[in-house]
Amino acid sequence: MTGSPALRRLGLLTPALVTIAVLVGVPLTLLFWISLLQKGGSSGVDWASVPSLANYIRLVWEEDFDGTMILNTSYLVILLRSILQAAVTTGLSLLFGLPVALWMAGLSRGQRDLMLLLITIPFWTNLLVRNYAWLIILREDGWFSQMVDFISPVGPIQLLYNDLAVVIGLTYSFLPFMILPLYAVFEKFDWRLLEAAHDLGAPRSRAIRRVLIPIAMPGIAAGSLLVFIPCLGAFVTPALLGGGKTLMLGNIIQMQFGASRNWPFGATLAVVLLSLMLIAMVTMAIWRNRRVR
Amino acid sequence: MRKITTAFALAAMTALPVFAQEEEKTLYFYNWTDYYPVELLAKFESETGIKVILDGFDSNDTLLAKLQSGGAAYDVIVPSDYVIPGMIKDGLLLKIDTPSMPNYVHMKDAFKNPDFDPTHEYSAPYLWGVTGLAYDSAAVGGAEIEHSWKELFEPRPEFEGKIAELDTASDVILTASLYLGIPQCTESNDDAKRILDLLEAQAPKLKMYSSDSTVDRMASGEVSMYHVWNGATARATAQRDTIRFVYPKEGTPMFRDNFAVPANAPHPENAKIFINWMMAPENAAAVSNAIAYANAIKSDEFLDPKWRAMDAINMPEEYASRLVPTLDCGPAARDLRDKIWTRLKG
Repeated sequence: MTGSPALRRLGLLTPALVTIAVLVGVPLTLLFWISLLQKGGSSGVDWASVPSLANYIRLVWEEDFDGTMILNTSYLVILLRSILQAAVTTGLSLLFGLPVALWMAGLSRGQRDLMLLLITIPFWTNLLVRNYAWLIILREDGWFSQMVDFISPVGPIQLLYNDLAVVIGLTYSFLPFMILPLYAVFEKFDWRLLEAAHDLGAPRSRAIRRVLIPIAMPGIAAGSLLVFIPCLGAFVTPALLGGGKTLMLGNIIQMQFGASRNWPFGATLAVVLLSLMLIAMVTMAIWRNRRVR
Repeated sequence: MRKITTAFALAAMTALPVFAQEEEKTLYFYNWTDYYPVELLAKFESETGIKVILDGFDSNDTLLAKLQSGGAAYDVIVPSDYVIPGMIKDGLLLKIDTPSMPNYVHMKDAFKNPDFDPTHEYSAPYLWGVTGLAYDSAAVGGAEIEHSWKELFEPRPEFEGKIAELDTASDVILTASLYLGIPQCTESNDDAKRILDLLEAQAPKLKMYSSDSTVDRMASGEVSMYHVWNGATARATAQRDTIRFVYPKEGTPMFRDNFAVPANAPHPENAKIFINWMMAPENAAAVSNAIAYANAIKSDEFLDPKWRAMDAINMPEEYASRLVPTLDCGPAARDLRDKIWTRLKG
């Protein structure tokens, strides 16, 4: 290798750039291109169709059953529902994840490793199997209902097939993604800072608010993104624990590629989902930059 | 994390050549979930030395999507009657010439020359059944319900909140059409509106939409009415004897499922060996005995007596006129279906 350092640097970067271009750039371009096309007769895509924004317009405007064009709220409702569900799940994960991570950071070395192992063990099993387990816990004659009935007989309790069940399932599934980044922050946390705040007269709540939380912020931000983003696209949990009564973004994307055999519209929805994720990440980045300054 | 990724990459790279070597004695079988007794695969492997790798799908649409994407490589698939002509037209199936197979002689005459593949050039019959209405008679004090889809769409109070619908738009909308007297695959907006109104009125009375675990949900008593298949009902009845099956008078959709070989199958010869093997009476009967759907092979003497007693798989002759074959809807009808389903659940 001869030549200028800049050229050499470029040469060394090439494998990474090629990998990104092939594995990220090409599929995303293809996805976006398909979203501009029309569906084919019996198969997925009509490659010869004229690219247009028709699929994007369809998200908002739709021909009604009587032939008039009406504002179509179905997709907006599904979008908002998915965002709300992801947000609630993120909030709950934070609520449960923060104390757990804090507690873990205070344990001895061996105990910490054990806890980390316990938190990652569920990932050895398929997500579908873990969601089925919740069916057994939550259903009418399930463990939870039996336990409550044992303490005070109120008859069977129906917790399944509603939004609550979906939120429980999602929180359970994604909680580790919140705990691990928080733990990484707390592990390095200098506990003397809290003592100092205490010495200087800060009550416990203020010490947490003004010292602990700001230091934990990178972990909170990373954990929130790691939970929020996969939640937006989740479709196994809503279908299984929600009883299939309402659709999430993930479900309609799956439906367009499957039953409806409309790949271009499925691609359009996927582009929307990707944009939402991008917006979430950029918002988080801007917000964090502002905090740093 | 990086270490793990590297490990996976290494494992993937070293595993590939191994697959390539074993190619000879492997068969990728893509079937409906819960639609084949896995024990029978062990018997096939011990008799032929071919190892079967089973994968499951939940609707003809999923199967079509997988095949059209071109990425999936399966040797034997199980499409229903109405999707086969389209698959042949699109060049998705391989010619297998079923009548040239030795075990073709065992096929019942009624199943030879079907409308969807008249000379069985591309397919061989697997199982057939109907999609009807199952209910737990204990919920209505042992009474019998009307043989009508009315019981599903406008249910009695005893069943409200305990009903499960299939989570497949095509099945639900077809049934609603039959109940309302609307032609299958309608392209009329007025019809679509009436179907949506009916389904929206039904939705609050349902416990769930689900096409999985149908047998367990009925047998455990989690639901007391299910819009479901006859074989699943029979299996649930074997565990809970108060379950009954109804062939609704407005029309009971019938399905005829078939073996076929995709055009890009990696092991077409193994696929033919398997399809021929499945037409042997004792093997066809083993499937029927395990999952309670009728087959197309002269194998009735092998059938388990416990199934012979059930209406759910031995349809009383007088209901034959109620059977309705499923049609393959065109793009306009599919668009309407998609619109109804999105509005219903949006």
